[in-house]
Amino acid sequence: MKCEICHVNEAVVHLTQVVDGEVRKLHLCESCAEESGVDIQNPISIADLFLGLGQGLPTAAGAEDAACPRCHLSRADFKKTGRLGCPFCYEFFGEELAPMLKAMHRGERHIGKRPASAEAAARADQTLAELRRRLDEAVAAEQYEAAAKIRDEIRRISPRPDGASPAAGPTP
Amino acid sequence: MNLRELIERPHVWLAAPGGGRDSVTVSSRVRLARNLAGLAFPGWAGAAERERVWKDLSARLLSLPSMQGALAAGNDELAERDRLILFERHLISREHAGKGRGSGIVLRADESIAIMVNEEDHLRIQALCPGLRLQDAWRAVDPLDTELDAVVSYAFSPRWGYLTACPTNVGTGIRASVMLHLPGLVLMEDMPRLVKGVSKIGLAVRGVWGEGTEAHGHLFQISNQMTLGEREEDILRNLEQIVGEIVQHELDARARLWTTREVVLRDHVGRAAGILANAHVLSSREALDLLSALRLGIEMGILPGVERREVLELLLLTQPAHLQLSEGRPLNPFERDRARAALVRRRLAGALRPTIRGRRAKNE
Repeated sequence: MKCEICHVNEAVVHLTQVVDGEVRKLHLCESCAEESGVDIQNPISIADLFLGLGQGLPTAAGAEDAACPRCHLSRADFKKTGRLGCPFCYEFFGEELAPMLKAMHRGERHIGKRPASAEAAARADQTLAELRRRLDEAVAAEQYEAAAKIRDEIRRISPRPDGASPAAGPTP
Repeated sequence: MNLRELIERPHVWLAAPGGGRDSVTVSSRVRLARNLAGLAFPGWAGAAERERVWKDLSARLLSLPSMQGALAAGNDELAERDRLILFERHLISREHAGKGRGSGIVLRADESIAIMVNEEDHLRIQALCPGLRLQDAWRAVDPLDTELDAVVSYAFSPRWGYLTACPTNVGTGIRASVMLHLPGLVLMEDMPRLVKGVSKIGLAVRGVWGEGTEAHGHLFQISNQMTLGEREEDILRNLEQIVGEIVQHELDARARLWTTREVVLRDHVGRAAGILANAHVLSSREALDLLSALRLGIEMGILPGVERREVLELLLLTQPAHLQLSEGRPLNPFERDRARAALVRRRLAGALRPTIRGRRAKNE
């Protein structure tokens, strides 16, 4: 079995953790395990380990001193306190947070309550997806007049390419 | 009334009706963690920014329909003792009680809703209800959260939900917990098994005072650990169901205690009553354990002369900051232990002595 970090060396360190009744396994080679700070003598949680995953890899947020451009919290700060600095940290450290959150929680995506603005955006996304589906159907059925109407409707509620909010007025 | 007057007013402790399930469940709590978009989380923000956030949020909170007549105070406007009193009433966390300028609390006058501003997150919105009433607690915080959402911009991501300083709270930001009195399970030595079982299903069991299974006063808090990938309603229902099962285990344990160790049980309760009625020096920890035994005695019908409510009140009034409030001055630890013993003697002695005499006469 190959190491799950470098995918080159043979995995010799096998970590097992039970999260929510589900067994998760992580297989690492000796040097990657050492680099990730695995102390083989001590029990370790995979969540902790994931915090260090990606170290030394050529990612944008790869280095210890890589810091969130908004609040300047560095990865080292996060590892020390276990707290993020600002909402944008979730985007900046997103790639390495994702597996940690997955190990910590029941799911990987939020499915609960949303702020009104997010609720409206989600509803708009849903409407848009539905319209696109109807557009495809209309085109496939060669109902071009109907298709043109749907296209206009999609244009009307789509966000503009410049990132402004959806146009409320008539189509230009 | 301001917040300081509310603190000094004689407190009406949460009154659960008692009996059956309520002989085990003490209180239910739901709290939501929320942050403002585009600002650093409190622990990482500068002092000036924290202060701006506190000023802004406290004003907005007081203007919400759900918070009419609510009281607000910055941590720097409250003495340390007053902040500890709020902590002892479970209205703020110990961490929050330790914070100074730039943090604060907004409290509904009936104490049913408490909002910590600039604790670990910008907002920790909490509702507390007596007994097992998680749904009621949720119905108290949910509309308030919706009202606030209309006047501030929350930090939220479609993928990860409400963004929080600690990744363990991200998603719904909800932490629901129930405080349980579990003397039966502790005395029958079933707690380790329970803690293990419950943690396997993603819930946490903690002592309310003290750590691990050695919780003082046999009071435990059970709460959800996971906040992402599950709806609020499902988190609450799951917790409620597990709590229901634990309550049944506790009632079973008490029944077993009664059938297999009645003498031990009577001895446990009787000794507690004897010490509480006669002690002149009582540490906080000893008081918790003895009052717990007393409560068990009431629930088991061994101590008909004592009110459940009296024990609940004493659990609160014997806490260090509350003692100093009733004595009207700062007390060193030894003075506190004396004041605690005096308070308990005064409130319980009359009710306890005849009961013990009667029991002894019957057994001999």
